[in-house]
Amino acid sequence: MSTTLTAPRAPASEAGPWMRAWRKLRRNRVGMFGLMVVLGFVLMAMLAPWIATHDPIAASWSAIRKAPTAEFWFGTDELGRDVFSRVVWGTRASLLAGVVSVAIALIIGVAIGMAAGFFGGWVDMLISRITDAFLACPFLIMAIALAAFLGPSLTNAMIAIGVSAAPIFVRLTRAQVINIKVEDYIEAARAVGCSPLRIATFHILPNITAPVIVQSTLTIASAIIAEASLSFLGLGQQPPDPSWGSMLNTAKNFMDNAPWMAIWPGLAIFILVLAFNLLGDGLRDALDPRQR
Amino acid sequence: MFAFFLRRLVTLVPTLVFVSMLIFGLQQLLPGDPAQILAGEDQNPELIAQLREKMNLDKPIPVQYGYWMAGVLQGDLGESARTGQPVLELIMEKLPVTVQLAFMSMLVALIISLPSGIISAVKRDTLIDHGARVFALSGISMPNFWLGIMLILLFSVELGWLPASGYISPFEDLGANLAAMVMPAFVLGNGIAAVLMRHTRSSMLQVLATDYVRTARAKGLRERVVVVKHALRNALTPVITLGALELGTLLSGAVLTEQVFTIPGFGKLIIDAVFNRDYAVVQGVVLITATTYIMLNLLADMAYFVFNPRLRH
Repeated sequence: MSTTLTAPRAPASEAGPWMRAWRKLRRNRVGMFGLMVVLGFVLMAMLAPWIATHDPIAASWSAIRKAPTAEFWFGTDELGRDVFSRVVWGTRASLLAGVVSVAIALIIGVAIGMAAGFFGGWVDMLISRITDAFLACPFLIMAIALAAFLGPSLTNAMIAIGVSAAPIFVRLTRAQVINIKVEDYIEAARAVGCSPLRIATFHILPNITAPVIVQSTLTIASAIIAEASLSFLGLGQQPPDPSWGSMLNTAKNFMDNAPWMAIWPGLAIFILVLAFNLLGDGLRDALDPRQR
Repeated sequence: MFAFFLRRLVTLVPTLVFVSMLIFGLQQLLPGDPAQILAGEDQNPELIAQLREKMNLDKPIPVQYGYWMAGVLQGDLGESARTGQPVLELIMEKLPVTVQLAFMSMLVALIISLPSGIISAVKRDTLIDHGARVFALSGISMPNFWLGIMLILLFSVELGWLPASGYISPFEDLGANLAAMVMPAFVLGNGIAAVLMRHTRSSMLQVLATDYVRTARAKGLRERVVVVKHALRNALTPVITLGALELGTLLSGAVLTEQVFTIPGFGKLIIDAVFNRDYAVVQGVVLITATTYIMLNLLADMAYFVFNPRLRH
């Protein structure tokens, strides 16, 4: 009998549970609908140069605030730019902001949350109190304040949203780690002499991915709304580059004579955010049955 | 009960201290020297030195924080770089407007969410339930400033029923005030209603599945009595706590709503301050907002405790 000791593999790192989750998600029609819509928007962002019918930035003095026609499907804006092309190109800013800011929140939040949950004691105390302080500032107010001090730009908006959303992941990760830390397989890993870093990355991390993925999907939805909000307030994407939020900001000034400017960018935000929310709910059902 | 409140109050102190550090720390993000920014175009070195001394910028950062905090505790949030008005005075001027908006929105949210959440739970998996859930998900996914723009397009531009903007104090003309506030309150309340409806529904579903509800039904009580007297009372306690978290959404949402409807409140103050680079005002507004939010959450915790006798032991 061989007596080589290896720590038991963390269960979620095998292909099995992921395949099961995918099969479950595939049966969830609403969740799959969300996924399809999200993928549709991703395609639109990637193929923007081919889908857009006009240059999204080129102004045309001969076509100012024209109602929708066969040439300008969604009409034109106050500088004669094609609203349809700007909505298509705007997908890039929104998706980028959603994904990048959540990636920032994830990296900061999961690392700090792991430290708090894993080490416990005064480290946990300190981190938890600081997290409380962050969460005590309403999300968007915090993002506005950060964007204000960093200066208005899409990059800074993404940093501001990412930092403001990080505490959610700190809390989630910390709670998960505290639950998993006491499991037998962690004890076993420790018994065979795995270093704390190894335990954290190879034994704990794979087991907290499911709730983190669910939370990330739902947070992308909020991050997209947050980016649109910051851009609407003038703190996100700067002109002339198109973003849905800043398009609405301009549209607000022309409601009397160019209502089409306000309809489409908002509808795009609504549909994309709805799709991420549907996908997130579907993922929760598939990955995290306890949370139902 | 007293011990619980006391413990809750004590944990509040470190949170408030960290919040103040966080907000103070924001100004370290500013590129360059605040004194130079304040000095404006001509960059007179004497003026800059003077400003540095006046603003304690020549001292180490912890000392600067100490000075700032000492001021804050005495109600001195600094002065607006723009008008020279004390920040606290500015905030107090705008606060009533936002408080009115917040109250009206919460009212709208409760009127929509409680009945729809209850009916949705009682009529689970019927068409009404599905409809209510679609409404809730849409409410969560819709940016409220866009909803505001759409309502203005419909009710102000197309139909001409309501003013698109123009806030009037309720003491001047209550009718005109309400006409100007009804759309913003609906816009802000709608998003919160969506979240509260979800909480009410799931909480009601849990309670409706308990033994005592079954007992009440078995006794032959009318369904209405079972739902309202037995289920609803117990279902509402978690909704209070979860609802309190939405107060943050309310404060954030107010910023956008006030911007859309040009309401001269708190939100407009912070945005104007951001564009005027009036950082003391930004810090002051964030500090007051965060403190208010923390206090409201404390009140919600206390309410939870009072309404849920089981926790008292």
